[in-house]
Amino acid sequence: MSQADWEVVIGLEVHAQLTTASKIFSGASIAFGAEPNVQASAVDIALPGVLPVLNRGAVDRAIRFGLATGARIAPRSVFARKNYFYPDLPKGYQISQYELPVVAGGDIAIRVGDGDQAYEKSVRLTRAHLEEDAGKSLHEDFHGMSGIDLNRAGTPLLEIVSEPDMRSSAEAVAYAKALHTLVRWIDICDGNMQEGSFRCDANVSVRRRGEQAFGTRREIKNLNSFRFLQQAIDYEVRWQIELLEDGGSVHQATVLFDPDSGETRMMRSKEDAHDYRYFPDPDLLPLAIDGEWIDRVRASMPELPAELALRLQRTHGLSAYDALTLTSSRELARYYLDTVDAAGGELAKLCANWVMGEFSARLNKAEIGVADAPLAPTRLAGLIRRIADNTISNNIGKKVFDALWNGEAASADAIIAAQGLKQVTDAGAIEALVEGVLAANQKSVDEFRAGKEKALNALVGQVMKASRGKANPSQVNELLRRKLTN
Amino acid sequence: MSLDIDQVKHVARLARIELGPGEAEDALAKLNGIFGLVEQMQAVDTSGVEPMSHPQELYQRLRDDVVTETDQRDAFQRVAPATEAGLYLVPRVIE
Repeated sequence: MSQADWEVVIGLEVHAQLTTASKIFSGASIAFGAEPNVQASAVDIALPGVLPVLNRGAVDRAIRFGLATGARIAPRSVFARKNYFYPDLPKGYQISQYELPVVAGGDIAIRVGDGDQAYEKSVRLTRAHLEEDAGKSLHEDFHGMSGIDLNRAGTPLLEIVSEPDMRSSAEAVAYAKALHTLVRWIDICDGNMQEGSFRCDANVSVRRRGEQAFGTRREIKNLNSFRFLQQAIDYEVRWQIELLEDGGSVHQATVLFDPDSGETRMMRSKEDAHDYRYFPDPDLLPLAIDGEWIDRVRASMPELPAELALRLQRTHGLSAYDALTLTSSRELARYYLDTVDAAGGELAKLCANWVMGEFSARLNKAEIGVADAPLAPTRLAGLIRRIADNTISNNIGKKVFDALWNGEAASADAIIAAQGLKQVTDAGAIEALVEGVLAANQKSVDEFRAGKEKALNALVGQVMKASRGKANPSQVNELLRRKLTN
Repeated sequence: MSLDIDQVKHVARLARIELGPGEAEDALAKLNGIFGLVEQMQAVDTSGVEPMSHPQELYQRLRDDVVTETDQRDAFQRVAPATEAGLYLVPRVIE
């Protein structure tokens, strides 16, 4: 048997930290990076006699998520206590939702792979529920003791649970990325994975192809990058298949991924699994969400990435891949749309190329976001228009782009004029250059006439060089060929 | 339904309760008494009755998303047995 005889089954649980100002059940701030415990209120540290009061902003965000995924928003949902003992959970229970979550169902469309191999599928969501985060334990040695920081305790989370619909690590990563794009797009989570704002747990099992029943799953906890998600699943799948092929059996367990070794290791087996003893929290009455509230939230929703991607394919004539890339964040999509608005709709494809190409490459290189780009969409549009109307070539365009990016001038036209970059399209001027190059490069001319096609490229290069890049390359090519074959 | 002594010990372990000699047997008798009451309640036909999550038929009031708390760390940590560098110190816990 080999890996091809096995089918992989993956479901993901994602904890998305919500972008509220205050905690889910107290008025303490959730700002990242504060001194330990200065944002831990009496409610967060569970002093006796305190009561939780639910943050309306957290519910708003859960509703936004439900609307964005076509899910059902529960008119009545219930908070429950999930009981376990750990020092960073001072109440002895986490307030979560169990039987009646705020959001149920819905789905997320994903696109897996690129080029001809790419395919689309839909991943169903089981539920999404509101809960509070725990504090942090610091296990550095404090005289044989552990340090506890409760700033994070009570931070609002939306736990988003998928159905076991994914069949490879690539699908799991595509789903996680689509979800990551969506929660940022609808402004409910900042998606910062280093700071733990978006954390994935993967439930992984394998079964022989054709089998109906799922295999026994193991849960990989706390994957905080897409790369680790992929590596952890790939390792886990190989491990489970080898075990089963050797006649062993998988036991339900929770495992951790070690990025250094690239392996998963057991954290706890099912035998020691917590019995969380869920029950409705008597401190919190049920949560009611009426149609009016949902309508209010719906009115504030932006066009969703999947809708926009479809619109870009239909009205801008972009490929599915381009549309997906441009809708990977709301900021990038906005930038692209503004560029097209300024350049003109007929130049959409060229705008897409520049935004995905030179512009994105520059952002990556400078390690900055779209918001910090020193180049306004209107200026990029000015450059694109000059390429489209043949004032400059694509290559010279890159030079102008650099100058604009570095703030050397306020517009593409100003740079083209100041540096004399206007493309030479005057046939007489190009012919003179071509004559000069032919006369000076007899060797290449002879080679071309002897049938060496490549020699033409060398000659084109010489003419372009002589024109300092300003000649129109296709015009040069055509003229050279005509002269050489006559 | 009734518990056996091993189940009592398991639940005690989950709840981090140390049971001394004889205490497990004592707890077993008491818990099984409670199960007797539960059985009595379960004999009632509740089909078609939606479970209640709260004895009052009310919904919770919500608060606006505003930061209202100020830093009271010093006051809170005055009653803590051990603190350092702003952290609460607890006996070492490694799972």
